[in-house]
Amino acid sequence: MDWGALHTILGGVNKHSTSIGKIWLTVLFIFRIMILVVAAERVWGDEQDDFVCNTLQPGCRNVCYDHFFPISHIRLWALQLIFVSTPALLVAMHVAYRRHEKKRQFRKGDQKCEYKDIEEIRKQRFRIEGSLWWTYTSSIFFRLVFEAVFMYAFYFMYDGFRMPRLMKCNAWPCPNTVDCFVSRPTEKTVFTIFMIAVSSICILLNVAELCYLLTKFFLRRSKKAGNSKQQPNHENKEETKQNEMNELISDSCQNTVIGFSS
Amino acid sequence: MSWAFLRDLLSGVNKYSTGIGKIWVAVVFMFRLLVYVAAAEDIWKHEHDEFECNIKQPGCENVCFDHFFPVSHIRLWALQLILVSTPSLLVVFHVAYRENREKQHNQKLYKNTGKTDGGLLCTYLISLILKTGLEIVFLVLFYKLSNGFKIPRLVKCDIQPCPNTVDCYISKPTEKMIFLYFLVATSCLCIVLNLSELSYLIFKYSIKCYLKRHMKKQQ
Repeated sequence: MDWGALHTILGGVNKHSTSIGKIWLTVLFIFRIMILVVAAERVWGDEQDDFVCNTLQPGCRNVCYDHFFPISHIRLWALQLIFVSTPALLVAMHVAYRRHEKKRQFRKGDQKCEYKDIEEIRKQRFRIEGSLWWTYTSSIFFRLVFEAVFMYAFYFMYDGFRMPRLMKCNAWPCPNTVDCFVSRPTEKTVFTIFMIAVSSICILLNVAELCYLLTKFFLRRSKKAGNSKQQPNHENKEETKQNEMNELISDSCQNTVIGFSS
Repeated sequence: MSWAFLRDLLSGVNKYSTGIGKIWVAVVFMFRLLVYVAAAEDIWKHEHDEFECNIKQPGCENVCFDHFFPVSHIRLWALQLILVSTPSLLVVFHVAYRENREKQHNQKLYKNTGKTDGGLLCTYLISLILKTGLEIVFLVLFYKLSNGFKIPRLVKCDIQPCPNTVDCYISKPTEKMIFLYFLVATSCLCIVLNLSELSYLIFKYSIKCYLKRHMKKQQ
């Protein structure tokens, strides 16, 4: 179990996302998860071993390290990435539930069901409308909230995004104020700023996607309201379907959601 | 053999779960397994090396570490993940048994081998009870091991061969405590999910039974 499994799970959700959502997913995997695993973990790998304090007093180094780093940057980023990826699972579950319902309808031999076989139901891509729209929009909202909360927690815990070279510590059992030196402070600052920048880009992408979905929703509503005034009902369905098809962005990936396909 | 095996196992179980069961699998994957592998393992990696006592007496550090950490938190966490996921195997075995039976008799004995009814429902309920029980057992173990979910910076140790009471310092106590609380929170969430699934299934099938009996009486 590792980030690869997360990639497989979220890859399935990708099929039902908007194009901005797909860009967000790519940024998440390439510029955050991959950078974390391939580079950042090495930079923070020896953080406590190479955290050196100018004292021979046993225990002083441990205590000072714990005081300045209540939770390591790396762990905080890992948690942030996990929390930020979780709302996408809501969408995956909703899609799986819809598929399950359609399959049940199909098996009962319901005439309303427009699918020819189970395979078609499995491969079908659902439009982001109705209750799925609400699920999708709330997942983006939660993503935004988690990103913001973690960025604030980061800023609050470390007093900004800079890693200082020297920290002065006088926690017991250090005999007096002791100089402690952080390992690789510049490299850590560079990676911190990089991760914060990519986080901000992700926030912007999420905001853009939210605005796009809201605009689409209100446009659709006003079109429906306009059409219902002018024409009789039985012509509306075809026209709205045509409009929606024109708005859709299609994708040819197969569904690879592990565990959520029934 | 690695965590990927557990992941594949749980994916298999997901097919025969209710909606709440699927949420439980998602919580175990994302908030327990992934957090364990991606974050928690590294915190406890060098816990023995970084455990420092204010003494030069050889053997004192080893003995004190062994006294305060009979089983490392991270090992207990891994055991918990494995044991809590295993009862779901009962369901998988039962379904496989049903399919095997159908093959042997060369006829359709069950309407749907994967549907939770009759014997499979009992197996499912037993697996839920076992999962909940194991979660509670591990929570109690963690409570006992960490003296109330607390990891202090300093522990005092006076076991032989330490010549007198010695100060020993635990590495990264705050970070360990944060992740311990996270573990407890996700454990409690899983217990709540298991209990709701249990009550939902019992409620659903008692209503079904009651309605069946009612229809029979009317006929």
